[in-house]
This record gives sequence, C-alpha cells and structure tokens, in this order.
Amino acid sequence: MLTARNLECIRGEHRLFSNLSFSVNPGELMFVGGPNGSGKTSLLRLLCGLSLPDDGEIYWNGTDIRKLGVDYRDVMTYLGHLGGIKDDLTAIENLRISCALAGCEIDEDQAADALGQIGLAGREMLPARVLSQGQRRRVALARLLVTRTKLWILDEPLTALDVAAVELIKGILEHNLAKGGMVIMTTHQELVMSTVTVHHLVLS
Amino acid sequence: MIWWIIKRDLLLAMRRRSDVLTTLFFFVIVVSLFPLGVGPEASILRIMASGVVWVAALLASMLSLGRMFSSDYADGTLEQMLLSPVSLSALVMGKAISHWLVTGVPLVLMAPVLGIQYDLPVEALIVLTLSLLLGTPVLSLIGAIGAALTLGLRGGGVLVSILVLPLYIPVLIFGTGAVEASTAGMGFGAHFSILGAFLLVSIVFSPWATAASLRISMG
Repeated sequence: MLTARNLECIRGEHRLFSNLSFSVNPGELMFVGGPNGSGKTSLLRLLCGLSLPDDGEIYWNGTDIRKLGVDYRDVMTYLGHLGGIKDDLTAIENLRISCALAGCEIDEDQAADALGQIGLAGREMLPARVLSQGQRRRVALARLLVTRTKLWILDEPLTALDVAAVELIKGILEHNLAKGGMVIMTTHQELVMSTVTVHHLVLS
Repeated sequence: MIWWIIKRDLLLAMRRRSDVLTTLFFFVIVVSLFPLGVGPEASILRIMASGVVWVAALLASMLSLGRMFSSDYADGTLEQMLLSPVSLSALVMGKAISHWLVTGVPLVLMAPVLGIQYDLPVEALIVLTLSLLLGTPVLSLIGAIGAALTLGLRGGGVLVSILVLPLYIPVLIFGTGAVEASTAGMGFGAHFSILGAFLLVSIVFSPWATAASLRISMG
C-alpha cells in the first residue's frame, strides 16, 4: 500500500499543492488529473523518490520510502514522459537495456516477444530514430510487459498512442491490477476501467 | 550491471563515431602543432614533449566531459538510473569506465606515435605512454564528478573546467614529472606510485561523489 501524508511541493515562489493525502491499495488505480502546470509530474516524481517533498511523508507498506531506498526501487516502475529511449539504439536494444537498468535482465527472444505483443513486430531491429512518436512510446511501454514490479507510476503513458494501443495498455494495466498491483498515472484521456477500483485525484 | 552500461555506451559511441574522433583529432592536432610552431630544435622539443602531450590529453579529456551525462539526462535514461535497484555508484563507475575506453584509451595509444615528433628516446616514450595509461582513468573519474555537478546548467561547459581543472593539476604534475625524470636518467617509480595512488583514491571516491552529485542535480 502506498500512502502519502500532507504532501507539499513548492517550485520557486509557487506552491503547487499542500496538505495532499491519499492512499492506494493493492489492485487500485489512481488517476492524477489537473490542468498543465498543476504539479502532476512533480507529484509523480515525489512518489517515486526522484525528488523530496517540501513537507509530508510517503509510506510504502507503512515505512517511509526514504528509509526503504533500494527495497522500494525494487518494487516500483516509473515511466516518465521522456521515456529513456536512445535514438541510436534499436528497439530491442532499448528495451533490453531499460529492463537491465530496472533490475530484470531479459534475453533477445523475450524482448522480441514483448515488442511483438505491443505491436512492433518486424520493427525490432530498427533504430529508434526512425520510429514514430507513438512507436517510441510503445517501446518504452513494452517494459511493463516484462517487469515484475507491483507499483507502476506512469507519467502520461497514453500520449501519442493510437486507439488500438490505448486498448492494449488498458489491458496491461488491468492485468497488473488483477495481480494485486497498483497503478498511479496522469492522463488527459479518459480511460474507462470497469473492473477495478479507481481513484481520481485532481490537482488545481 | 556495470557491463550493461559499458556495453551500451560503447555501442552508442560506435554508432556516433564523430564524437569519439573529435576528441582524438583535437589531441593529435594540438600535439602536432607545437613542433611546427616552436621550430625543429630537437633539444627544446624533447624538454617540452611530456608537458605538451599531457596538457593536450587533459584538455581532450575535458572536451568530452559535457557529453558524459547530458544525453542520458536529456532522454530520461538518467531518471531510470537513479530509480534503478542497482547501486548508482556502480552505474556511474560503468559510465566513467566507458568514458575512459572511448576517450582515454585512444589518447594512450596515439601518444607514442606523437612522441616521435618530439624526438623522445624509446624509454621516455614508454614512460609517457604508461603515465597516460595510469593518469587518463583518473581524469575520467574526476571529470565525472564535475560533469554530474554541472548537469542541466546553462554554460555548464565553462563551469566544469573551472571545477575540474584544479583537481587535474596534480595528475599533470606527476604525469609529466615521470617523463622528465626518465629523460634526466633518474628513477620514475615514485611518480608512478603517486599516479597509481591517485587512481586508487579516485576509484574509491569518485563514483560515490558522482552519485551524490547526480542526486543533487536531479532532485
């Protein structure tokens, strides 16, 4: 369970949010919404431990994530809007390296299989430079198919994806949630999830 | 895990050879211009050889520092490294090793060839190459700290030289000292010992300091 208590985030002179508390239980999904600049990405960066809140604490199963360190990073996957895709590497190399960085090494066949599932069959050996924006996003999202982490923190995962891909991602998210995983994501698109508990957090 | 980072960085370097060649060409050109500018007086060239080669190596190594983390920063890979369950120090060590393999090793290999232009005796050429072999990894390791601290800053290139150059100076002094000692017929073991000590100290402290700097820069 992920619990945030009285989070506050200040950027320069501007207070993005304060007294923000919520918790996400296994099998639950939380959408973070709000207009541009309302602090969605800042919140996600706090939740994954990339930056520190100006006030408040974040707990994973009752322990402060700052104390957990590696144990927290072991169970969490963060996909930022940048994606971490290298132009000069092929889709397969990109996927294998990002998986290795995340601590789950996969071989060439597993990577090809994951890319096939996400709709990139036949494009595994192309350098990411020649892929379209949506295809690059798919390469980044393919990691969700092979990762074994429980908590997924996704920053705008649906940007640039076509309708079919959005359905695909929805299926992947539902699969993780059914296994008792947790998902926190920002999106501007409405994603209808019928079977799972959904929280909406709107920053203003 | 370190292997993945090294393999990836070497692969990227192979796909973008111009970056690697820029450093090497800079080194070769600077070292080759001096004999042309100073004139063909062999005795003068022999005296300045080690200094010129070392200063050129130092500047060439610094030239590529900016790229060490900036591309990973720009495409979001660095975020993933910070969130990796693998220790960040180990990842940073991998980055420093690949930086050395890509920029340091070519300089070491070119040094004996360039040294010939300065009429260096064979023994001095060997000492020069060995001193660079010991010294260039220190440059990469120390440089990593500076590159991490100035990450994402505008005008970071100037700042990184101001931060890193003072720390390079001891390496420069003992690196050139070894060659001078050998041409003067004295022992150069002590210089090598000190360069080796620099290397060991920087292997221990630099990954840790770089990891801490990256966390500050990204926080």
